[in-house]
Amino acid sequence: MRPANILHLGIKEIRGLLRDTTLLVLIVYSFTLAIYSQTKAVPETLNRAAIAIVDEDRSPLSSRIVTAFYPPYFTPPRVITATEMDRRMDAGLDTFALDIPPNFQRDLLAGRKPVIQLNIDATRMTQAFSGNVYIQNIVGAEIMEFSQRARGAAASPVELVQRLRFNPELNKGWFGAVMNVVLSITMLSIVLTGAALIREREHGTIEHLLAMPVTPFEIMTSKVWSMGLVVLAASALSLIVVVQGLLGVPIEGSIPLFLLGAALLLFATTSLGIFLASIAGSMPQFGLLLMMVLLPLQMLSGGMTPRESMPEIVQTIMLAAPNTHFVILAQAVLFRGAGLDVVWPQLLALIGIGAALFTVSLRRFRRFLR
Amino acid sequence: MNTVPAATAAPVVSLADVGLSYGKTRALERVTLDLPSGCMVGLIGPDGVGKSSLLSLVAGARMIQTGSVTVLGGDMADAAHRRAACPRIAYMPQGLGKNLYPTLSVFENVDFFARLFGQGRAERERRIAELLARTGLEPFAGRPAGKLSGGMKQKLGLCCALIHDPDLLILDEPTTGVDPLSRRQFWELIDTIRAGRPGMSVVVATAYMEEAARFDWLVAMDAGCVLATGAPADLLAQTGAATLDEAFIALLPEEKRKLHHAVVIAPRDAETHAEIAIEAEGLTMRFDDFVAVDRVSFRIQRGEIFGFLGSNGCGKSTTMKMLTGLLAASEGRARLFGAEVDPRDMRVRQRVGYMSQAFSLYSELTVAQNLDLHARLFQLPPENSPARVAEMAERFDLAAVMDALPDALPLGLRQRLSLAVALIHAPEILILDEPTSGVDPIARDGLWQILVDLSRRDGVTIFISTHFMNEAQRCDRISLMHAGRVLVSDTPAAIVAQRGSATLEDAFIGYLEEAIGEAGAPPQPSPAAPQPAAGAVAAPHEVRRLFDPRRMLSYTRREALELRRDPIRATLALVGSLLLMFVIGYGINFDVEKLSFAVLDHDRSLASSDYALGMAGSRYFVETAPIADYADLDRRMRRGELALAIEIPPGFGRDLARGRPVQVAAWIDGAMPQRAETVQGYVQGLHGAWLTQKMRLLLGEDAASASFRIETRYRYNPNIESLVAMVPAVIPLLLMMIPAMLAALSVVREKELGSIINLYVTPVTRFEFLLGKQLPYVALALVNALLLTLFAVFVFRVPFTGDLLAFATAAFVYVVAATAMGLLISSFMTSQIAAIFGTTILTLLPATQFSGMTDPVSSLQGVGALVGRIYPTAHFMTISRGTFSKGLGFGDLGGSFVPLLIAVPVLLGIATLLLKKQAR
Repeated sequence: MRPANILHLGIKEIRGLLRDTTLLVLIVYSFTLAIYSQTKAVPETLNRAAIAIVDEDRSPLSSRIVTAFYPPYFTPPRVITATEMDRRMDAGLDTFALDIPPNFQRDLLAGRKPVIQLNIDATRMTQAFSGNVYIQNIVGAEIMEFSQRARGAAASPVELVQRLRFNPELNKGWFGAVMNVVLSITMLSIVLTGAALIREREHGTIEHLLAMPVTPFEIMTSKVWSMGLVVLAASALSLIVVVQGLLGVPIEGSIPLFLLGAALLLFATTSLGIFLASIAGSMPQFGLLLMMVLLPLQMLSGGMTPRESMPEIVQTIMLAAPNTHFVILAQAVLFRGAGLDVVWPQLLALIGIGAALFTVSLRRFRRFLR
Repeated sequence: MNTVPAATAAPVVSLADVGLSYGKTRALERVTLDLPSGCMVGLIGPDGVGKSSLLSLVAGARMIQTGSVTVLGGDMADAAHRRAACPRIAYMPQGLGKNLYPTLSVFENVDFFARLFGQGRAERERRIAELLARTGLEPFAGRPAGKLSGGMKQKLGLCCALIHDPDLLILDEPTTGVDPLSRRQFWELIDTIRAGRPGMSVVVATAYMEEAARFDWLVAMDAGCVLATGAPADLLAQTGAATLDEAFIALLPEEKRKLHHAVVIAPRDAETHAEIAIEAEGLTMRFDDFVAVDRVSFRIQRGEIFGFLGSNGCGKSTTMKMLTGLLAASEGRARLFGAEVDPRDMRVRQRVGYMSQAFSLYSELTVAQNLDLHARLFQLPPENSPARVAEMAERFDLAAVMDALPDALPLGLRQRLSLAVALIHAPEILILDEPTSGVDPIARDGLWQILVDLSRRDGVTIFISTHFMNEAQRCDRISLMHAGRVLVSDTPAAIVAQRGSATLEDAFIGYLEEAIGEAGAPPQPSPAAPQPAAGAVAAPHEVRRLFDPRRMLSYTRREALELRRDPIRATLALVGSLLLMFVIGYGINFDVEKLSFAVLDHDRSLASSDYALGMAGSRYFVETAPIADYADLDRRMRRGELALAIEIPPGFGRDLARGRPVQVAAWIDGAMPQRAETVQGYVQGLHGAWLTQKMRLLLGEDAASASFRIETRYRYNPNIESLVAMVPAVIPLLLMMIPAMLAALSVVREKELGSIINLYVTPVTRFEFLLGKQLPYVALALVNALLLTLFAVFVFRVPFTGDLLAFATAAFVYVVAATAMGLLISSFMTSQIAAIFGTTILTLLPATQFSGMTDPVSSLQGVGALVGRIYPTAHFMTISRGTFSKGLGFGDLGGSFVPLLIAVPVLLGIATLLLKKQAR
């Protein structure tokens, strides 16, 4: 192995990439516009949840409840009839429908314990849970206040004060923006190395390379470092300019530490790209494989839903994916300001997974070159 | 060449002031030219002089930039004339089997073209049988086109071109890369066909001057200009040359001509160079069950120029690779200077220079960068390397173009660069795989002079493969290969003498016939073959229709066949989507449990531990070691160990007992907002429950119980199972991504590999093309939809409560839209990489983020909300959830069907408009 070969071949890769307008446009797009628009589009916390209210009581209390729902958490509630309710929920127009029964206020004051019905479209899992809590609280507070004034009862003796750390407003955009950077890193590194390798084979330049005194190890390493470096630089810029600058996400921790993690992630994903390219016979097959790898990495690494919510077995399997560790690391470093003392297990895991993927890929790559 | 053009006949093709540029490169320079009809016209000249460009303009495959092109009496700039003329024109593009489909059999390939020209079943079968019989391809009717030899591929290309009895046959270098015997057979075939259809005009581009000598009328071209026209004899007379090669050189402008020097070959001094440089002993290479090289043995002395002849795919390149250690031989031995070749030994490569068949240097690096990179890879000492690069630039006359990109250079120069790169490390052995194919005669002679000098002066051993007989003649010794075996190996003169034939070419053809004869030759095309009744009857051309289902279905059939021959792709699509459904269905769950929490208890009273127990006792939280102080709290939260920390103030128990207001603090890790929200909900719920219980204890049952109740009904999914919520949403996601990707690649692949040319030059319309290619993928996607639904119902046990017919109808419309989406993406993408990337971005993001999969469309904002309103996935998601979970049917979901139904024609319409019917 000669480090000089790895260096020069890598420089060649970068020069080649610089002349490929399509790929450059895609890199720029994935790290700027894609991240910006997705982050802006994802609602912040419970946002504009569609709610409708069937007010069969038409009392001062029931109108108090109706006016208690307002943006940004809820859409201004639509007052509908009981028959409309089913139709609207069927069509997916409303996620929540609150049914205030007739004589609710009278029964409440008379101590008859009336019942309000809250219908939730449980196919909308994301809003169903948090929305339920919000609505219960809002309705409860309104009724409490109303009945206290009516009866002069005592305030609740124990108050729960919630303090949200690291993201006081629970702004989903903060988290989403960083996770989109992670997705872009994964996607680009796999595509840049994998697709470029297939194209090189289809165009016969790989063969030419083999006539020279370079080993498959050198060829592969050069691809890994060069494409990794490009993606790393792009993600650093994106984090600083787009995420911190344009989107105004406060980054608490150390960006260099995050980038160290990203470099290790790239080591693993670029190897994965080469592996996929060496088992895919053609570009269409590579495209399908890409989808099949990218989607689980995105959905199950903890970037979209909490890892705790996945079945044990999925959590265990996903420990083998580099992204899982990187998502943990990114959260810890960027939001909680964690240092090396905290994230070293993730760094070790990334090194281990990267080394394993690299070794397996190198073996496949040698066979691929035959 | 029996017919002589009637001088009076109108020209079949007439060009006036035709110019063409590719970016900055000028391909044709104001060409004005009339080609006589009813005869065999040859375009001669090396690669890159504009022959192919000119032919593609004539065929209507390329858009005219300037000037006018009149073919068969009409203007080719006029789309109506092109439509009317294209059934009368046949075009065989350059490159072996470029417009054929490698996985389709011989019969299926011809059949595809027959259907494209709208022929009925009986007519098709008759014509195909006749053509296959005449070209000798009949015994191979079932063999995939990709597995044919070069010569057979070209014959098949000819069959495809002749299927519709064209009046004008355009052949672009039909015999390049084909062995001499197949070449001869090919031209004999053309002669018999012309004999049967005397009115047919044939326009051929060729780089072989020997062939051109037999044509009726020639056009000599150079650098985008016409040098001269006329019968071969006229050209020879005009220039006073003995051969067309010489005549062509004489026709070149003065400044180019003066660069030419006849190649001088000094006799080799065999005595001083008796050392054996290359030795092969029973070299054999097997790929699976296919023997590419069969027991090849020879010895080459130092400084010898050793030629290798044979058709494409006969094993020349494989043999060369085994000699250089690029490939490990299955059997046998190769030695370089007496030492056995070890493919893993990098030192061998230091001694060998290799120049591969196609130009395979990096087109993205400049000439200087290419030389520099190779100098470094071959480990030239850094201090000598610039000098060596300069020396090579000087010797190969590259100094003026050092900063140019290789693609911008003429082929001759590019080959010189390749040679310079192969020689940068001063190798002792030079292996050249067809270095001169397509290079103009002057550059070719220049290249040969360099080779001769290397051999004679520097003692470099040269191993070269070529198709040109005059080059073979220059070698010290040559070997003829066929089907992996060496037929003969000797000096050119000895081979001619041995065979007793007039020329080297005749000698080779003799050897080839002998070899094939042993193996069971394809029947010679007999002149008495069924005579072209078709030509006489001249089938009335189909009434032109704007939409012909037959043409469309021809593409459908072909695409379906290709899909069937590539089972990996279909399997990946089907199995992959099931796998993904498992992943997403099981992976995403909104019901979070076992969150870690700890208590910072400043009070340490009975009441405080009771409060903490209320939290720890739930299934949502798992208690970890109590928190010591604020520093500990901070540290553990930063580590992400705690999702929740409960802080109970000092005096909690006392104040509680006295009824004084107390505050309990819940610290929640907000780094992942979704999880934090869930935690918030749980904490509030548990806190409320604890309060109620306390009140009950303090004040008695009645007073404590709440004054009202909120009854929550989780509709459609009463057990709030994630699977029930997710699976109906995953189906639309998968049915968008995979069909779109497949459809997009199917078109872009044709663009990248060249078979898109069939769209350009056959009567098929853009809409027929797209729709035809779309149908198999719609069918595949429907199978996919069925599988996913079955899995959802029977494996995931997601209840299907609504109208199955409504779901099925929507699924059908949706997959049509999804594939149309892929076609739309393909219409403006040119490379497969870009298509994969583009499709991923344009499907994955909108489908996962903006279509209501997790966040309802009604809660999106900005661009996301707009996309969510028009993107098909959003609407199918509503239908899928409605029919799966909500028990709905057509009536309730009508509003979601409308946008889907609109999406299909809109997407297909835009795709059709964006797709080009001609190359630009």
